[in-house]
Amino acid sequence: MNGLLELTGMGAFGIDPWWLIIIKVLAVFVLLVLITLMTIWAERRIVGRMQHRIGPNRVGPFGLLQSLMDGIKLALKEEIFPSAAHKAVYILAPIISATAAFLTFAVIPFGPVVSIFGHQSPLQLTDFPVAVLYVLAIASTGIYGIVLAGWSSGSTYPLLGGLRSSAQMISYEIAMSLSFVAVFLYSGSMSTSQIVTAQQHFWYIVLLLPSFLIYATSMVGETNRAPFDLPEAEGELVGGFHTEYSSLKFALFFLAEYINMVTVSAMATTLFLGGWRIPYPLSAIDHGLLNTGWYPMLWWLVKVCLFIFVFIWLRGTLPRLRYDQFMQFGWKLLIPASIGWIVIVASVRAFRNEYSSSSRSLIIWVAAAFVVVMAVSYFWSAFVDNKRVADEFDDDDEDEADELSPFAGGFPVPPMPGQTFKEHARVGEVLFVTANSTPDEEATDG
Amino acid sequence: MNGLSLLAAGAGFGRELVFWVCAVLAVVGALGMLISRKAVHSALFLVLTMVNLAVLYISLSAAFLGMAQVIVYTGAVMMLFLFVLMVVGVDASDSHVETIKGQRWMALILGLGLGTLLVVAIGTGLSGVGAGGLATANAAYGGNIQGLAALLFGRYVLAFEVTSALLITAAMGAMVLAHRERANPRPSQRELSEARFRSDHPGMLPNPGIYARHNAVGTPGLLPDGTPSELTVPEILRGRSNAVPIADPDRTPIETGGEE
Repeated sequence: MNGLLELTGMGAFGIDPWWLIIIKVLAVFVLLVLITLMTIWAERRIVGRMQHRIGPNRVGPFGLLQSLMDGIKLALKEEIFPSAAHKAVYILAPIISATAAFLTFAVIPFGPVVSIFGHQSPLQLTDFPVAVLYVLAIASTGIYGIVLAGWSSGSTYPLLGGLRSSAQMISYEIAMSLSFVAVFLYSGSMSTSQIVTAQQHFWYIVLLLPSFLIYATSMVGETNRAPFDLPEAEGELVGGFHTEYSSLKFALFFLAEYINMVTVSAMATTLFLGGWRIPYPLSAIDHGLLNTGWYPMLWWLVKVCLFIFVFIWLRGTLPRLRYDQFMQFGWKLLIPASIGWIVIVASVRAFRNEYSSSSRSLIIWVAAAFVVVMAVSYFWSAFVDNKRVADEFDDDDEDEADELSPFAGGFPVPPMPGQTFKEHARVGEVLFVTANSTPDEEATDG
Repeated sequence: MNGLSLLAAGAGFGRELVFWVCAVLAVVGALGMLISRKAVHSALFLVLTMVNLAVLYISLSAAFLGMAQVIVYTGAVMMLFLFVLMVVGVDASDSHVETIKGQRWMALILGLGLGTLLVVAIGTGLSGVGAGGLATANAAYGGNIQGLAALLFGRYVLAFEVTSALLITAAMGAMVLAHRERANPRPSQRELSEARFRSDHPGMLPNPGIYARHNAVGTPGLLPDGTPSELTVPEILRGRSNAVPIADPDRTPIETGGEE
């Protein structure tokens, strides 16, 4: 028992014997590959059910071996090198993608400290003080796989897909990392195991719901899954970045996509759903018996599967977004909302640290601030409304004089201050009219 | 202590091994960046150098610095570089024409100057100041990240803010330069759709690259100068009455025709 107590916190990591490290590495690898196979099968079955189909049901019981067979088929297919491809980069790209996908799982906690062959060790490959940043770092390296695949294929559609995905993943990574900040502020740590420990009493999905919603949205964008699967939008870009890939190299991309899905689900579980902890009424049974030993791995798996199901559900339900709408959503809604939320969380934390730790005085202060903000905004809006009405009165007199036809001189010109645009139905029409109506000018010019 | 178990825990030998692997790779990457002809290859070699430097930082117990290096430089800066290279065109940088006169000599002189400056500065830094050690540095603020935060937002807060103001100014400048005022309000999807159905061609327009106003098989494609090409009409259709005659006035380009 004494040994167990010593092994809480960060001291539990980095002391495993070499054979245990190899066992853990292998276990994580096998787990990821198995989850991927099961996820592909589940996705095809569930989406099939949602579309009133049966889905694959021939190979093995319930078609369970379908994705294994697909994998074997992929491996046996002919490898095609496009003649315009840059060979070295073309081979490197899927390797980067798959490697990055596997690496992230090194810091995901599956459970508490358990006894493995008489050795006390946490159910987690490793952990260090900036583990969550490590996940972000590996994720940003994984983008290289996609971008380089698009570039090295020497073809137009993959290049466009690669560009799209890099823009998309960078944008959504910002929102994603911003949603982590509130978790860091509350847990006081960036290590995954410490964050799970900090959620002993309250899961952060309760405390930091906006952060969770932002993360849940951006994780779909980050993994290029429907409805945010623009890099591989079939209708526009054929297959996107992996159009020119075949055989095992294509399989690596496919594997990476599904592992990334599992990874972001596991991160959501770790950061917001209490990691491997079981929720409250069950956690009280026998003084937390269900939170010790090997059980927690089961709860962890259930939570991750829940997220994966939501991924599949989204794919079966939502249509793909248009690219500009998608980018606007990321930059103009998710990121500002995230920053605003961080400001609120940080102020609350700072207030509690500096002045008082009781939530009652905090509520009074927040209420006072709210009243002040509402009062200011009321007077402000009244003022602005008055001004707008006045402006409209002014405009009525000189409407004709201030209107500007942008193509009047033959070139589009921006409006001067105080001028407004005359709206035209179609650009082509305007051009046609101008060209016809000013033949004299053209003649003198030419 | 804590830290990446394999890297840090194996202290002596492990750290040395990591150093010799990563240092060699970092130097190879730096040389590759200078030597390689293709801009994208250069960028990739630079990425190799940066990632190896990050691993070296981590093996020296500066995990936060290593992660920041990967996230900021590899993940954001180099990715934007790649992005620009791809948008501009891969082969655009292969030209060896000097656009600024005497650029190479200036570059050589300035490069040598910078090199000397770095060598001198690092040399004096190494000889003049004794290393305090990681333990003392961490003990001052109760942790590595806390120490970094205290320095960044305490002692160096002015430099930090000035740098961020500079970066924001640069970003704003780029946006202002690239900004284009719309002459007409942007048509919404609904307006576009209505306009399309009101036009004489509600169906799909021909694919890009087909210089034709109709996409029936019998319609001749137009050459870039606007003349219809007989070769684009299948031979079977040419002899039949339902093929569009090539001299059809409706098929000639109206937009490019003109008074010239």
